[in-house]
Formats: sequence, C-alpha cells, structure tokens
Amino acid sequence: MKSIANYFKTIFHGLKTLAVGMNVTGNYIRRAPKTIITQQYPNNRSTLKMFNRFRGIVIMPHDEDNMHRCTGCSACEIACPNGSIEIIAPRELDPETGRKKKVIDKHIYHYSMCTLCNLCILACPTDAIIMDQTFEHAVYDRSLLTQILNRPGSKLNPAVKE
Amino acid sequence: MGFSIYDFSGFFSGLHQWFLDNMPGWLVITIEWVLIGTTAILFIAFLGLSLVYAERKIAAWFQQRLGPNRVGPFGVLQTVADILKLILKEPLTPKQSDHFLYNLAPFIIMMAPFVAISALPFSLGLQVMDIDIGVFFVTAVSSVGVLGILVAGWSSNNKYSLIGAMRSGAQIISYELSAGLALLTVVILSGSLQFGEIIASQSDGWWIFKGTIPVWIAFLIFLIAGTAETNRGPFDLPEAESELTAGFHTEYSGIKFAFFFLAEYVNMFVIVVLAVTLFLGGWQPLHFGHWEAFNHVMDFIPPVIWFIGKVTALIFLLMWFKWTFPRLRIDQLLNLEWKFLLPISLVNLVVVAFITLMGWHF
Repeated sequence: MKSIANYFKTIFHGLKTLAVGMNVTGNYIRRAPKTIITQQYPNNRSTLKMFNRFRGIVIMPHDEDNMHRCTGCSACEIACPNGSIEIIAPRELDPETGRKKKVIDKHIYHYSMCTLCNLCILACPTDAIIMDQTFEHAVYDRSLLTQILNRPGSKLNPAVKE
Repeated sequence: MGFSIYDFSGFFSGLHQWFLDNMPGWLVITIEWVLIGTTAILFIAFLGLSLVYAERKIAAWFQQRLGPNRVGPFGVLQTVADILKLILKEPLTPKQSDHFLYNLAPFIIMMAPFVAISALPFSLGLQVMDIDIGVFFVTAVSSVGVLGILVAGWSSNNKYSLIGAMRSGAQIISYELSAGLALLTVVILSGSLQFGEIIASQSDGWWIFKGTIPVWIAFLIFLIAGTAETNRGPFDLPEAESELTAGFHTEYSGIKFAFFFLAEYVNMFVIVVLAVTLFLGGWQPLHFGHWEAFNHVMDFIPPVIWFIGKVTALIFLLMWFKWTFPRLRIDQLLNLEWKFLLPISLVNLVVVAFITLMGWHF
C-alpha cells in the first residue's frame, strides 16, 4: 500500500519540480528584453563599463600635480611570480633628514609576461599600483608591451607615509 | 457552417475540374502530383528555416542571451545564411563507412515527415488527402524516421553514431506505445480514425475541454512521448552532445547533416499538429456548447489562423521543455516510459472507454 502511495507521490513531486523549473525560465522569457545580460561589445565600446573585480593591465595612477604614490620599496617586484616588474630605485640623500632614502627612478612593467594575477596589487603597501579596466592591448611589436609606469618628472606624493 | 467562406475545398475541386476539362487524365494526375510535391517541399523548407530561427531566438531568451541578431533585421536571415553555408560545404563520406546506406539514411529520415504531412489537416479543405485511417497512418509513417537514424548510426562506422542510434531505437520503440495509447483515448471518444471526423466531433468544444481529466492526462502523456519520439531535449539522448559528440549524425556534414537537422523540426511539427488536431480541435475555432454569440464571433477568425496559432503555442511549449529541463539518463528515460507513462496511459484508456460506454462525457 505504501509503495502505491509512493508511486503517486513520485509523480506529483516530479510534476511539481518540473513546474518550478519552467517557472524560472518562463520568468526569464516573460521579461525577455530586460533580462538579457549579453553586451554587444564592439558596438557599445564608448559606453562599455567593466565591473570592479575585472583585472586589466597594471597601471600607476598619477594625480593632477603629476605625483604618484610609489615609494620604490620593491614589494611588488618581490611578489611577482614571473618577474614582470623591475624597479630601479637608487638611494638618494634626503636634504631634510640627512639620511639616504630610496627614490623611484623607473617602475618597469613587462605586460608580455604578466599573468594578471593581482599579487603585486595586494603586496603594495601604499596602493601605488592598481589594475586598469581596459583590455584592448594588442600591439604589433613586442617591445611596446614593456612600459615604464611612472611618468617622466613625476614625484612621490608627500602624503604617503613610509 | 459559419465559416464556409474560409473553405478551401471549393477552390481545389474547381481547380481539379478545370484541369480535367482542358487536359487528358494522365496529365492532370501528373500536374497535381508535381504541384503537391513542390508545395510540400517549399512548405517543409520554409518550416525548417522559421522553426530553426524561432528555436535559436527563444533558446537565447530563455538563457538571457540575445540570439541571432546580425544577419538581417533581428537576425531573421541567419538560418538562410546557415543553409547556404551547409549547401556549399563538402558532403564528406568516410572511407570505412557503408557508402550506400550512409548516403541513403538522410533520405529515409526526410521521407517520414514528407509522407506524414500529406495526411495532416491544415484547414477546412486544405489537406492533401483525408484518409479514413489518418491517425494510424501518421503515427505509423512518422516512426519510419527511426529507421533512418538506425541506418545512419550503423553505416557511419563510428562508435558514437552506433550508440546514439541504438539509444534512439530503444527510445522510440518505448515511447511509441504511450504516444499511440494517448491518441487512442481521443479516437475512442470521437469514434473515428479519420482526421476530418475527429475535427468535426470537436465543433461544439475541443476534446481537451469536453473530455476533462482523462483527456488532460492523455494530452500530457502525448506531449511527453511526442517530445521523446522527435529526439528533442530533454530526451535528446541519441545526439547527446556532451557524451556522444553528435550521436548518430557525427559523421555527416554539409547538406546531408542539414537533412537530419531539418527532419527533427519537421517531426516536431508533425507531432504538434497531431496533438492540435486530436486534443485542441485542429482548425476549429474556440467553441463552447451554447454560447451562440461567442461562438459566432470566434467563427470570424479564419481556420488557418486558428491552426497556426495553436501550432505555434504548442511548439513554444515544446521549446520551453527543451530549454528548461536537463537531459535524462538512458535508464531514467526507460523508467519513465515503462514504469510511469505506459501503466498510466493503459489505465487512462480503460477509463476513457468506460466513460464513452456510459456516455458520461459532454
């Protein structure tokens, strides 16, 4: 007797779960134009908005006075698993304290080797480098992929505490 | 009849008479064969193109995508472009295959729906032939298609094709039973196997309204079994992409592949037309017993529009099934048929026979 009840229970449970599934997809098609999440990429290039956790190329943001936040501590260079970052930061005499201090000369970034793993961003103590939201980086010459991230003539932002 | 102005039979008999008056008899038959054949080919080609486009667009909307939208406005020419591509591609024949059977299979699989649509009633008088065993004829003929699948799978000399074809055989032999039994409930109620009489029996209400619960069960079972017979998802085991690459048509390319692809959609159309004719009144307008005014308003809509509307709704339902449910395993598939659909439809058939005997339906 119980097995007969179970038999019909199986049928009705099955029908109910099928109806639940059809309800989900039915809701998608009922609101069809709104629920579509496809981006028509080359067409909406000008208005394309990438999401926050998108990992693009590594950049060093500069403010309007051409100042960056990089102290040249080399934490990103050590963190990088495949040597994509090279930092040239000679020690210079600080006129105020009279002690030698690292000042960044060149923050060299090899995009050709970078895997966009985000470890350098996590390692940076002063948030000097971030990952950009752009992704169209194809070039015809490999040497163009090696970039110097700090702009010529830029200085360390004095607000940055070492 | 309220809709005699929409009757096609006068036009066709007049055409036939005009041919007879002007030509010898053998020429008339030849011309009519050619005309009907050309119409059937054009209709099936149009059907395939539009159904493939509808399927892709609807599937996209079910999955929150856009679907084809580049070729032509809203991508309507996408399927035309695809067919052109398939025609231009090389129809490859594998060296180790059975060449004769390999090339024969696409034609066998296309033959079944071609023959089946010759008996289907599209509108009042718009039917190639109203055979007196129409329901039996269409169910018998539409299951010849599985022979094409088996031949294709066997002759390809490919293990995926063979497994797919064998699955298809098991599936169609099983589901043919409950599909046939579900159709028999309506045959018992209307007392005829002829499409014309079945439709005429629904002039005061479709069987799905008149027959109540047993017919609802039969309708549901027929939809499930019909989906399985046409090898559509969730029952698309013969061509399960993730397990068997493409199942029985793995080795086919170009226009031969297009035949298999087209046959799936035309088979779906045949199943849907069967369901519409037997359960939803065919081309009959929506009528309720004694609501004279309501019935009269409904008569103004041409039968062709009613037919197309019902067919479209059911095709949409089948696509909804396909793009919602995950594919069944082969043992689940056979469980569903032998443990659930077949016993239920047998009991249902007895119940309907009893109801008809006692005259308890409307």
